[in-house]
Amino acid sequence: MHEDLRAGARDVSPLLLGIAPFGLVAGIAAVEAGLGFTQAVGMSVIVFAGASQLAALDLIGANAPFAVVVATAVVINLRVVMYSASIAPHFAEYGERLRAGLAYVLTDQAYALSIAEFTGDTERSRWRYYLGVATPLWLVWQVSTVIGFVLGAGVPEAWGLTFAVPLVFLALLVPAMKDRPTTVAGAVGGVVALLAAGVPFSLGLLVGATAGIVAGLLVEVVT
Amino acid sequence: MIPASGGVVGTSAGTTAMSDARIWLAIVLIGVATYGFRYSFIHLFGRIDAVPPTVMRVLKYVPPAVLAALVVPDLVTLRPTVAATLLDERLIAGVVAGAVAWRTENVFATIGVGMVTLWILRFVVLA
Repeated sequence: MHEDLRAGARDVSPLLLGIAPFGLVAGIAAVEAGLGFTQAVGMSVIVFAGASQLAALDLIGANAPFAVVVATAVVINLRVVMYSASIAPHFAEYGERLRAGLAYVLTDQAYALSIAEFTGDTERSRWRYYLGVATPLWLVWQVSTVIGFVLGAGVPEAWGLTFAVPLVFLALLVPAMKDRPTTVAGAVGGVVALLAAGVPFSLGLLVGATAGIVAGLLVEVVT
Repeated sequence: MIPASGGVVGTSAGTTAMSDARIWLAIVLIGVATYGFRYSFIHLFGRIDAVPPTVMRVLKYVPPAVLAALVVPDLVTLRPTVAATLLDERLIAGVVAGAVAWRTENVFATIGVGMVTLWILRFVVLA
């Protein structure tokens, strides 16, 4: 295995623990929403985005209208456009086919680790490092979805395994708030998202994120 | 497995569970849109020379703002009183995990301490 691929895999390994329970939950939620095995696995392969999968399954289980299921899941993933824009310069030199492949595995975790690596002082091959991060995430996601589906409702809900999800995001958030403007961006983004939590179609996330970005820029201009 | 709609209340079209074909259609639509988002700028970037500095400045604030907007509503539920809002097992476990993340910058430790704190609060302290 190439050294840069291995470096990515090494850096992502602590995050896999956070992904596994998330994937288990996605599998269990698929059973509860009435999906078949092929549909549950198909969703994890085709969508490959945890928060939106869980939201879609929740709404399918609640017999929500088709359009609401699709719109909510799609809106939750809008943030990936921002990751795509942020990481694009680092992939610009690669061919169309490689970039098309790299895009498929762009997730919160793959973005956060890779952008930290790319913007640092490093000589590593970017696509190898990125795939070193993304491939274990993809594999763990698929395997844990399958296990979750098989276990079904066997894991007691009281254990609150879904709590591992915000803990993963928290572990990524704290180092991202590294100076005053980024700290304000996080604080405002979080508070506004909380206040907007009742907004339909999970738009609270996007409202909060936008407010946070604007707040960060304002602080940067003022100071 | 949950039963399809119906039972005692009735079986109007609006409460009917989604058919297999519609579930597949939803999965494919969500998947195509999500891939479109992921590929959008990675694809477009080959046609322009560089991201304008203004855009890069904006992008700097994307990770903290988005991550916080994901985390905070998961940890906090606003309740009628301040005490009820603060005395929440998820918020307390989240604050403890946040302190661990800040001190150690270790994801493994953050998740471990956060989950154990949640279980202690849920099964021992608040049980």
